[in-house]
Amino acid sequence: MQPFDQPVIALREKILELHDMAETQGLDFKEELNLLEERLRRLELDIYGNMKAWNRVQLARHPERPTTLDYVRLICDDFIELHGDRHGYDDAAIVGGIAMLNGQAVTIIGHQRGKDTKENIRRNFGMPHPEGYRKALRLMQQAVKFNRPIITFIDTKGAYPGRAAEERGQSEAIAKNLFEMAGMPVPIISIVIGEGGSGGALGIGVCDQLLMLENSTYSVISPEGAAALLWKDASLAEKAAESMQITAPDLLRLGIADGIIPEVIGGAHLDVSLQADKVKSVLEQKLAQLTRLTPEQLIEKRTEKYHQIGT
Amino acid sequence: MQAFFRKPKKFVTLTSKEQRVDVPVGLMTKCPKCKLIQYTKQLEANLKVCVCGYHHPLTATERFEQVFDAGTITYFDLPAVKADPLDFQDYPEKLKGDQVRTGLKEAIVCGVGQVNGYPLVACVMDARFRMGSMGAAVGAAIAEAIRYATKERLPVTIFSASGGARMQEGMVSLMQMAKSSLFLKQHSDAGLLYVSCMTHPTTGGVSASFAMLGDFNIAEPGALIGFAGRRIIEQTIREKLPEDFQTSEFLLQAGQLDDVVSRHDLKTYYTRILMMHSEGTNHATI
Ligand SMILES: [Zn+2]
Repeated sequence: MQPFDQPVIALREKILELHDMAETQGLDFKEELNLLEERLRRLELDIYGNMKAWNRVQLARHPERPTTLDYVRLICDDFIELHGDRHGYDDAAIVGGIAMLNGQAVTIIGHQRGKDTKENIRRNFGMPHPEGYRKALRLMQQAVKFNRPIITFIDTKGAYPGRAAEERGQSEAIAKNLFEMAGMPVPIISIVIGEGGSGGALGIGVCDQLLMLENSTYSVISPEGAAALLWKDASLAEKAAESMQITAPDLLRLGIADGIIPEVIGGAHLDVSLQADKVKSVLEQKLAQLTRLTPEQLIEKRTEKYHQIGT
Repeated sequence: MQAFFRKPKKFVTLTSKEQRVDVPVGLMTKCPKCKLIQYTKQLEANLKVCVCGYHHPLTATERFEQVFDAGTITYFDLPAVKADPLDFQDYPEKLKGDQVRTGLKEAIVCGVGQVNGYPLVACVMDARFRMGSMGAAVGAAIAEAIRYATKERLPVTIFSASGGARMQEGMVSLMQMAKSSLFLKQHSDAGLLYVSCMTHPTTGGVSASFAMLGDFNIAEPGALIGFAGRRIIEQTIREKLPEDFQTSEFLLQAGQLDDVVSRHDLKTYYTRILMMHSEGTNHATI
């Protein structure tokens, strides 16, 4: 399937080619380049300004989309990754550790996809087993002990639907995290950076501030799954993506997301370090607001945030 | 994820059986397990448990009446919620259809009463309504019942019977997992008792939230309990799952439940737990 923004991609390539030619052959294409760049701006506005939910789904799933560790590397001054659930397993689909963010120590936890097949197999495509959620809980409880804010990056198709995961308590592991996160007396900020897949996403996503990247999605079921169930036709995923209201603007309107982090035009993968800057500046702002609150105020506001959803 | 909402083959008769029990012509009921056909009245006299041990699904009010002392139950009104938050195609009609068919307003009934004299707040899901799926109404009903229990310093129990999230409410539905868990946490922090009883089926977002958060997690025999659906697991791991996979008994073996309790023993079981947690029985030092 061709990406929906194929015309933009093709035009960008053409402009880059012309730049190269101008440089290597010493030719003057200034006029042509100006024209093409103007055309690109209009095309970008046309395509990205009218983005359908399904287009955002495609961007959220882009294989080169920055992952948790990309953001950690670009946002934090130092990061010590911590491993293991202390009960026999280290789930690579969830990463976590402590980091320095503008001179403040924070605990960071996130789903971690791979960038290639080999890494994806090692990280189980970012789909955690119960041990991943238990590692996350261990690190969050450590954050509470040392009074550190918690930042979670949400980026998963869902918790892994496997036999061993069921036997070892996938439900219980997720449920326990919801329960414990609800009462943690430190600020919790969750950022959906790619796909937020249902309970597997929420398992590290109970928070004071739910932020979503402009082209991220958060849903109770994948659009394909919804279409198959509702209309017995997975090809209606595009329609399902619209009606399930899974995009950042949808969820902001529904009072579920608390803010949208703007994306680089055309998607976060096009300029990862610029995107990281955008994430960082919103994060700083939200952290500053939340760290002013007392633990009692935090819990009270968190309670109110969830209490009002759907009412 | 999608398979949460599918009825597993083994239990596919749930809805039709329930309907048959409900309609006046349902003089006889057939057991999906042993195929025995018996008088519905006779089955009801045995708490809707077949001679083979199969636990037929109960309606929410039947559950209340089986567990609570007669004449002690006060039912709560359902809190007001947005009925169709996503403005989802055909959803209001589906809700109305289930309301007419079941006589329920939503997939849950909450109330307070006494179990052999011990007070208890209960939320009872009813799988006949939208397969017991959890939307804003179910989430709000559970939240308010737990808040009431916390305020009145009462123990709470939830009988789960749910296919998981209510798809037509999208993320509003998913967030009810967080909401119910949050109020259970506050109830728990107040030192109060929560007993979760999982009945058939308890899957998806319901199993991954309040159903697994009890101080005691128990289940009725033969209930389907799990996070992901059987079919999606089989597709993912490309292997056939054992027949008893995700049953109460299987989960007990896997260390995920405190016990499997037959319906015949349920009221006694609750009484014993409530007694051991009642005022004056819990002192670390005497
Ligand atoms: Zn039978």
